Amino acid sequence: MKKSERALGSVANYVDERTGAAKWLKKNLTKVFPDHWSFMLGEICLYSFVILLLSGTFLTFWFDPSQRDVVYNGAYAPLSGVSMSSAYASTLHISFDVRGGLLMRQIHHWAALIFMAAIVAHLFRVFFTGAFRKPREFNWIIGVGLLTFGIVEGFLGYSLPDDLLSGTGIRIAEAIIQALPVVGSYLAFFAFGGPFPGTAFIPRIYTVHVLLLPGLFLALITVHLMLVWYQKHTQFPGPGRTEKNVVGYPLMPVYMAKAGGFFFIVFGVTAFLGAVASINPIWLYGPYTPGQISAGSQPDWYMGWLDGLVRMAPPLETHAFGHTISWNILLPGLILPGILFTGMALYPFIESWVTGDKREHHLLDRPRNAPNRTALGAMSISFMIISLVNGGNDIIATHFHLTINGIMWFTRIGLFTVPPIVFIITKRICLSLQRADRDLVLHGKETGRLVMLPSGEMIEVHEQLTDEQKWTLTQHQQPDALPAPLPESATRGLKGKLRKRMNQAHATQIPAPTLSDLKELDHH
Amino acid sequence: MTNIERFQNPGLPEHVHRKADTDPKAAKRAEQQVAALFLLSALGTVGTIAAYIFIKSDVYVFIPILGSTNVQQMSLGIGLTVATLCIGLGAIQWAKKLMPDTEVIQERHELRSEDQDRADFVETFKERGGEAGIGRRPLIKRTLGLALGVVGLSPLVLLRDLGPMPKKFLETTSWSAGTRLVSDPGGAYFKPSDLEVGAVAQVLPELAKGDERTLENIGKDAVLLIRLRPEDFNLDAERLSWTYNGIIAFSKICSHMGCAVALYEQQTHHLLCPCHQSTFDVTRAAKVIFGPAARPLPQLAITVDSEGYLVAKQGFNVPVGPSYWERNSSNG
Repeated sequence: MKKSERALGSVANYVDERTGAAKWLKKNLTKVFPDHWSFMLGEICLYSFVILLLSGTFLTFWFDPSQRDVVYNGAYAPLSGVSMSSAYASTLHISFDVRGGLLMRQIHHWAALIFMAAIVAHLFRVFFTGAFRKPREFNWIIGVGLLTFGIVEGFLGYSLPDDLLSGTGIRIAEAIIQALPVVGSYLAFFAFGGPFPGTAFIPRIYTVHVLLLPGLFLALITVHLMLVWYQKHTQFPGPGRTEKNVVGYPLMPVYMAKAGGFFFIVFGVTAFLGAVASINPIWLYGPYTPGQISAGSQPDWYMGWLDGLVRMAPPLETHAFGHTISWNILLPGLILPGILFTGMALYPFIESWVTGDKREHHLLDRPRNAPNRTALGAMSISFMIISLVNGGNDIIATHFHLTINGIMWFTRIGLFTVPPIVFIITKRICLSLQRADRDLVLHGKETGRLVMLPSGEMIEVHEQLTDEQKWTLTQHQQPDALPAPLPESATRGLKGKLRKRMNQAHATQIPAPTLSDLKELDHH
Repeated sequence: MTNIERFQNPGLPEHVHRKADTDPKAAKRAEQQVAALFLLSALGTVGTIAAYIFIKSDVYVFIPILGSTNVQQMSLGIGLTVATLCIGLGAIQWAKKLMPDTEVIQERHELRSEDQDRADFVETFKERGGEAGIGRRPLIKRTLGLALGVVGLSPLVLLRDLGPMPKKFLETTSWSAGTRLVSDPGGAYFKPSDLEVGAVAQVLPELAKGDERTLENIGKDAVLLIRLRPEDFNLDAERLSWTYNGIIAFSKICSHMGCAVALYEQQTHHLLCPCHQSTFDVTRAAKVIFGPAARPLPQLAITVDSEGYLVAKQGFNVPVGPSYWERNSSNG
């Protein structure tokens, strides 16, 4: 035994005698993880979260979350002698006087955008492949929670510098709180420690931004990952893959090297963006004052859809009995997002109620094989995109020489008309792709090779798929294999009729080709 | 149709060896690539440290597309990029080219516990629960429920001192009869002749001696002065009397969500809020003609005092800014 091996052995022995870790590690070091590029999306979320913790900690060493008035006299000459809050002054200090400070600020902001983008992409992957089905419903809900808290955390983050743009965002947040019926103005005064803007809000959201929400993230991410570990990862269908196994690479060494390496790649890409791509140049906006504003005020992209909904809301207020209810704020700012996010969180249960499917699923769906779900997802995305477009209507108007009113009316109408159209088209596309799959399995690939038969007839030679390819294209569950065509008792009443109708829509399928089909075809 | 034959799962395809598995030269080459990447990463770290020490922090260069760029910040970032990216690329190249790439199969087990375990659990739970006797002692059950139900109230009550009651703050501004208009920024008095036709100015109320201007007050007091030709107005007699020589004054705080309504279109006499594009028609007392705002911007009645300076005729007749539950909006 070499000296180094002996040293390592005695350390391992020391640890194991106190923790018994060897038994657990022995089993888990060989744990298998399925491989697919789309499984990286969740990893990006995790790694950008780590980058956020590291860069954020760096920023806290210099940032002063205080709305105390100071006169700026740092390195940025254009604002020299200007009276501003200490929060804004210290952000300028980080950007111009701390070496690497601007880089870290930009890395932090880019990492936040990547974090949110990766969460959304990961959500799409999980939704469209049906990875949220039993037994993974808890993890879906935790994911929706992480997305929601991520939006809040991002908003609080870019509100901290107290520049003119972020102050305007806080003003809007205050108006939303103030619009709540009965308790609104009280809650607003409690949150801001008095009238807006006051001097309490930034120190308060700082605590929420650096302590409360990151703590919550850590807890939720830990549970999220432990569940993935314990339930084992889903896998795409293919030769050798079944509902009862996991096919992939072992944790040690392949997966460790790949995942560990990927962390550094995400870090590298974020650092590159922070180095070359200027983001949120707060020194251009000036300190916040409620009497001023900059044209083209835009939130970060993950808030854009919300802003777009608020922009397109009809000018509705109820004035009665000496009270005011602002539907133009409540409807797009709270009620609609509330319905959307609740619906999203409950989707696994809704789908399982509609299909009556209570089985465990570890093989992912190819999106085309679940046309109804895929169409629902595409429909929701189109709704969000239209809202997002209206959130940038001023920027779009100036860039493409359109009128804001035109874009606003387009999105107001489009919000109701485009999603149903997208649903229908997506469902058709899915069914067409299923037909194409069926065709491919039964007739093989077109080779482009033309052959003239002795009779003079010209035919194109088709090449049969391999057994592996045939299996991948035909392995999916067919609706007639669903556990139960809904029992008569479950389809009675309005709820039952709705369920039956949705069940039928969900079961629309092109029959997957079978070996019998192929044999019959060969026969002719 | 009972005997439909489906395609069968053919099982894992046979493992195809990579070049580095069979050709020692290719393996050697992959090894060198990985080592080169790790070495490059170390160089990146050295470069980062060098940039920190040797590059001055106030040197800027102009780079096309990127614009004026701080050389030190950028060098630090590029150094960090090389240092981290190369570790990642090296590790992945190592995993892909040299580590075993045979796929491994592991069995899954149903997550559901065995029936026996479930039954044992229920029994244990009932037995232990029975020992506590919660079912037999309803008094304890009910009082515990009460205690747990109300215990959360105290932290809620403790939060009460987060802020004061709104009282009348949202309904009032610093404007009252005779308050002089002062320019913002600057603080100079305004004469009607200071504003040409078509011009806009932001004004604030003059403060009493010793009072300090706060952001809270600016958030309610900010007013826009706009001068039109008097014949452009389309106002009722009362509102027309609130203008002076074609000068009309509105609260600058949007009646929708409180942003500063700052964009004035001279040709159309429209005021636009950059936040949500609510559009107000200046000639018709800031009536909402587009966007989500539901109420016009409150108009401030103005006139001139004995010295010829613009003053408020009276305070705002309605609360300024966004709506709230207690707001009486029956007259605008």
